[in-house]
Amino acid sequence: MSEALLRLENVTMQFGGVVAVDSLSLEVETGKIVALIGPNGAGKTTAFNCITGVYQPTNGLISFDDKLVVSGHPTGKMKRDYKGSNSEKYLDKEIIDPTPDEITRLGIARTFQNIRLWKSMSVFDNVLTAKHMRNRQNVFTATFRLDRAEEKRMRQETMELLEEQNLAQYKDDLAVSLPYGLQRRLEIARALATDPKLLLLDEPAAGMNPQETLELGEFIVEIQKKHNLTIFMIEHHMDLVMRFCDKIYVIDFGKLIAGGTPAEIKNNQRVIDAYLGVAEE
Amino acid sequence: MTKTKEEKRDAIIAACCIGAFYVLILILEAVVPATHILFSILKKSAVYSLAAVSMNLLNGFTGLFSLGQAGFMLLGAYTYAILNMPTELKLGTSVYKYYECAIHFDMGFLPSLLLAGVIAAVFAALIGIPVLRLKSDYLAIATLGFAEIIRAVFQWEALGPVTNGANILSGFTDLNHIYIPFTKIAIPPTFFVMLLSGICIAIVLLLINSSFGRAFKAIRDDEIAAEAMGINLFKHKEMSFIISSFFAGISGALLAMYQFTVKAATFKTAMTYEILLIVVIGGIGSISGSCIGSFLFIACNEWWLRFLDESSNNIAGLNIFRSGFRKVVFSLIIMVIVLFFRKGLMGDKELTAKNVRQFIAGKKSEKKAKGGEKA
Repeated sequence: MSEALLRLENVTMQFGGVVAVDSLSLEVETGKIVALIGPNGAGKTTAFNCITGVYQPTNGLISFDDKLVVSGHPTGKMKRDYKGSNSEKYLDKEIIDPTPDEITRLGIARTFQNIRLWKSMSVFDNVLTAKHMRNRQNVFTATFRLDRAEEKRMRQETMELLEEQNLAQYKDDLAVSLPYGLQRRLEIARALATDPKLLLLDEPAAGMNPQETLELGEFIVEIQKKHNLTIFMIEHHMDLVMRFCDKIYVIDFGKLIAGGTPAEIKNNQRVIDAYLGVAEE
Repeated sequence: MTKTKEEKRDAIIAACCIGAFYVLILILEAVVPATHILFSILKKSAVYSLAAVSMNLLNGFTGLFSLGQAGFMLLGAYTYAILNMPTELKLGTSVYKYYECAIHFDMGFLPSLLLAGVIAAVFAALIGIPVLRLKSDYLAIATLGFAEIIRAVFQWEALGPVTNGANILSGFTDLNHIYIPFTKIAIPPTFFVMLLSGICIAIVLLLINSSFGRAFKAIRDDEIAAEAMGINLFKHKEMSFIISSFFAGISGALLAMYQFTVKAATFKTAMTYEILLIVVIGGIGSISGSCIGSFLFIACNEWWLRFLDESSNNIAGLNIFRSGFRKVVFSLIIMVIVLFFRKGLMGDKELTAKNVRQFIAGKKSEKKAKGGEKA
């Protein structure tokens, strides 16, 4: 049994009166491909946004690599309006509210549900810019080209990544001029450029046909092995999830309703109810 | 990465063009009388190019809509004027008529110029901390407000011993009295301004093409993605703001040198708008566009359209040429430019040997295509 790389403990995200994610606890084990599924509006992307620092969870803890990275408890007005569970549990904990770039620095990279490439940049520059985070140059040495070795290293690594993703032939094209499937691939390449340990994929197969979805699944397994990654993804394509994932978590209305291997999830009555609805007597 | 042969050749062509341009300026200054209007246009447009490029770094490359440029130029101009003015002049009564100058030292024009940039940058660093949390229009209003506050503060009587209140500062080293340090060799004024602003613009260009420049562009294109890829938004915005203000400060100091005098009333909001206009006309996100834009703007405004203001040009019966008519025509030209060049004259392209070659090749193939149709 390998240890957990990412651990969510009672993470609750409340917007005003709406509890988008309610006391979500889950673990993503090192070296595994884990999926988060659930009907539309179940709170999957919100959970992702909590992990990546876009939102500060109202309550709960997130630890990565055995280190507490995010922690929150209801404060101020939220104390009164809080509707989630475990409201008292973390009150004595210090609030840790990192910005998304700090999270990325720890080794968590992500892609977006609606592709967010840098529009005015070429394919090559998109990946190269993501390398900026691990750049050892400072403004002065970068401007006056005093550290050419570092710049050369970044460019070389970028080229290697593009070659590996079969994007090298498009390197001078504008990122947005690529076909949709390749844009998704470029987003993954860009995320990989930050040297992550954990890769979060938000609906990587959205808008793909069954053939492309299958290829994507194989591709994900391939990069997972090659880069020694742990992958946590949100996905709606059940064939992709069932076939390639080691573990699946299912959430509905913000709550975790099931977690287990694909075979277990397939036969779980609560999951079937959540997706198909419960027959009224 | 190793450069290809073509890239190397292009770099040499570009270097030769720039070198030839500066030689041409030197020759012109030696041949044409110094009072010719061309020189005053070139000098002013060199100053404005630098101001426009510094604004472009913020607006065009980092996506921060800031309107504080005049404020930072004012800081630069005053810093330069106060530091560089000879001590005996400060203690005398010809400049500081109503106040006793509190600053009892002076320095050469180069350290003063540098400090002009540094002071503007320091102010930018302080203002950036609260202001850069704002976005788009709100940031514009906040920076605009800052520029106006600075102007008002510099005219404040209580600061008179330093800023001379609302009165003008003069007597500092101007463009006509620039000597190579430690020698008595005079540098031709137009050449000097162009060289200095050229160096500054080159530094901005180098910055934009570095890893940090790419990070700025990433923030401009998509903040959320930039943040998710590990680019610290605040740090990079602050950096861009400080660097931009540094060069705005230097351009303010150059403007002071060009104008011989400094007065806070010069640095009104209208000045920021002029620079913004140059940036927009030249192309948001194009350094060469800003330079071309500023030359065209200054030349049209102060030279080429002058004849429209002179009623002596009127042919009998017509009375359209009168003072102010120039502005009408000028506004029309701007409208035409904005209509036909939606993204400014240069868009976000730069004037490079490669782009020029492609442009010419494009025209040729168009002609060929047209010729083919006729045949």
